[in-house]
Amino acid sequence: VTRARISTLAAPAALAALSACGGRQSALDPAGPQALHLFNLGNFLYLTAGAVFLAVMAALAMALVRSRRRDVPDTSEAGEGRARRTVILAVGGTVAILLVFLVVSFLTGRAYSVTPLGGRPLQISVVGHQWWWEVVYNDSVHSRSLTTANEIHVPVGRTVILKMTSHDVIHSFWVPNLAGKKDLIPGYSTTTWFRADRPGMYRGVCAEFCGHQHANMGLLVIAEPPAQFARWYEAQLADAMPPTDTVASTGKNVFMGAHGCVLCHTVRGTDAGGRVGPDLTHLASRRTLAAGTVPNTRGWLGGWVMDPQGIKPGAHMPPNDMRPDELQALLTYLQGLR
Amino acid sequence: MRLPRGARLALGTITLAALAAGCEREQRRFRETPPSATPGSEVQTSGGFVPGPPLPEIRVVTPYLNNAYAVSQGKSLYLQMNCVGCHSHGGGGIGPPLMDDRWIYGAQPENIYQSIQEGRPNGMPAWGSRLSSDQIWKITVYVMSMSGQVRKDVAPGRDDHMQGKKQEQGTEERNPRASGGIPPASAFP
Repeated sequence: VTRARISTLAAPAALAALSACGGRQSALDPAGPQALHLFNLGNFLYLTAGAVFLAVMAALAMALVRSRRRDVPDTSEAGEGRARRTVILAVGGTVAILLVFLVVSFLTGRAYSVTPLGGRPLQISVVGHQWWWEVVYNDSVHSRSLTTANEIHVPVGRTVILKMTSHDVIHSFWVPNLAGKKDLIPGYSTTTWFRADRPGMYRGVCAEFCGHQHANMGLLVIAEPPAQFARWYEAQLADAMPPTDTVASTGKNVFMGAHGCVLCHTVRGTDAGGRVGPDLTHLASRRTLAAGTVPNTRGWLGGWVMDPQGIKPGAHMPPNDMRPDELQALLTYLQGLR
Repeated sequence: MRLPRGARLALGTITLAALAAGCEREQRRFRETPPSATPGSEVQTSGGFVPGPPLPEIRVVTPYLNNAYAVSQGKSLYLQMNCVGCHSHGGGGIGPPLMDDRWIYGAQPENIYQSIQEGRPNGMPAWGSRLSSDQIWKITVYVMSMSGQVRKDVAPGRDDHMQGKKQEQGTEERNPRASGGIPPASAFP
């Protein structure tokens, strides 16, 4: 393979690799100050380590070239002294670099741990469940607090303080574009914060192994302009839309009836008040089902209702045994919960 | 004594196989076949109080007996479905205790299943129309574990909330402010 050939192959490959750095779930594409701190620290560590690697490789190449010129090793007094000086230099350099790393990561940690309390931060409680996220927007006026799941909407430019705990086992909240990881611990509350400086949709995951469906415990943080956020908040505060046609009201009866949906799920404004599973008051307004596992479409919703274990084995939603007409009515009702 | 090479190899293989066999103690059953797919698989229930001699006993083998995963799932269902409200954590209250050896309606798995599914007089609601049969089976095996009817290594461990001592951390959660509502932002570290 000629050199030209290598570069024609390598250039697109490198571009493809670089393009993976951006996107919805990437620590290399910071969208807020917390993620930026970590990004800068990472860059500093990578670049320094890269430079050290290159220096070591250069020294090795030099040594190889030099040893070719000589048949016998240099055991003279002067040669020994040179070797000693080189070793001292290398060890000293290594220690100095590690000390610099220590100081830089300490400073990053300091900067990272300061929570800016000015400018009326938005307070959100996050409760980890196997395997989904309960999101509660706290407001001092209780009737303006609201509960949703797996999707956190935030206004751009406003500090968001997350107070987190877990319902069952240890989880970890990680939205790489916005902030580092923070554990959710049962019986104990942890606090972290982030700020999204530009609008966008940022995907997050659970970053602490928490059981069978750990890998399918995703969430979305949607940062939008303040006016749009306020509109979303008002819409979410409203009770569930009552069914408008006969099919949807049949579906509502299915939901409230024999299949026991109400034992686990809440739909505000109706009799359904279960607290075991996610709040479904505005289910149709969410983008994904089953904590970011599948898109929220009618087909996936039907599959999820009938056979959740086929989509997410081990999830705590039980399979349902419904007649096709019941299922279709239920889907129409659920899709009307905007 | 030095064993020949072949014998050593065989011995090693057998030991490894024995160790590997220990890895799979039991199977987690996630995807139960719905009862409608296999007619007749559901537990026959008596259909309420009927006059005359007692109905013939039903013999069912629950797939979950001595399955640790199912027992732990049953435990969380027991909490989620608020069985605690009447039976407490086995000690009873409004409902009868479940951790003793006195059974009003029978101690067999199928009796317990039936009690949950059909309900019982004086307040036990019928769950048959609300929970799926595998969920009822899971609760059944957990209820059995309370009175020591499942193997010891299968029964769930102790509860964090039943400790006599105070938790080391997280006490603030138990003392909500008298004024109510959320603490001011300055209370966040």
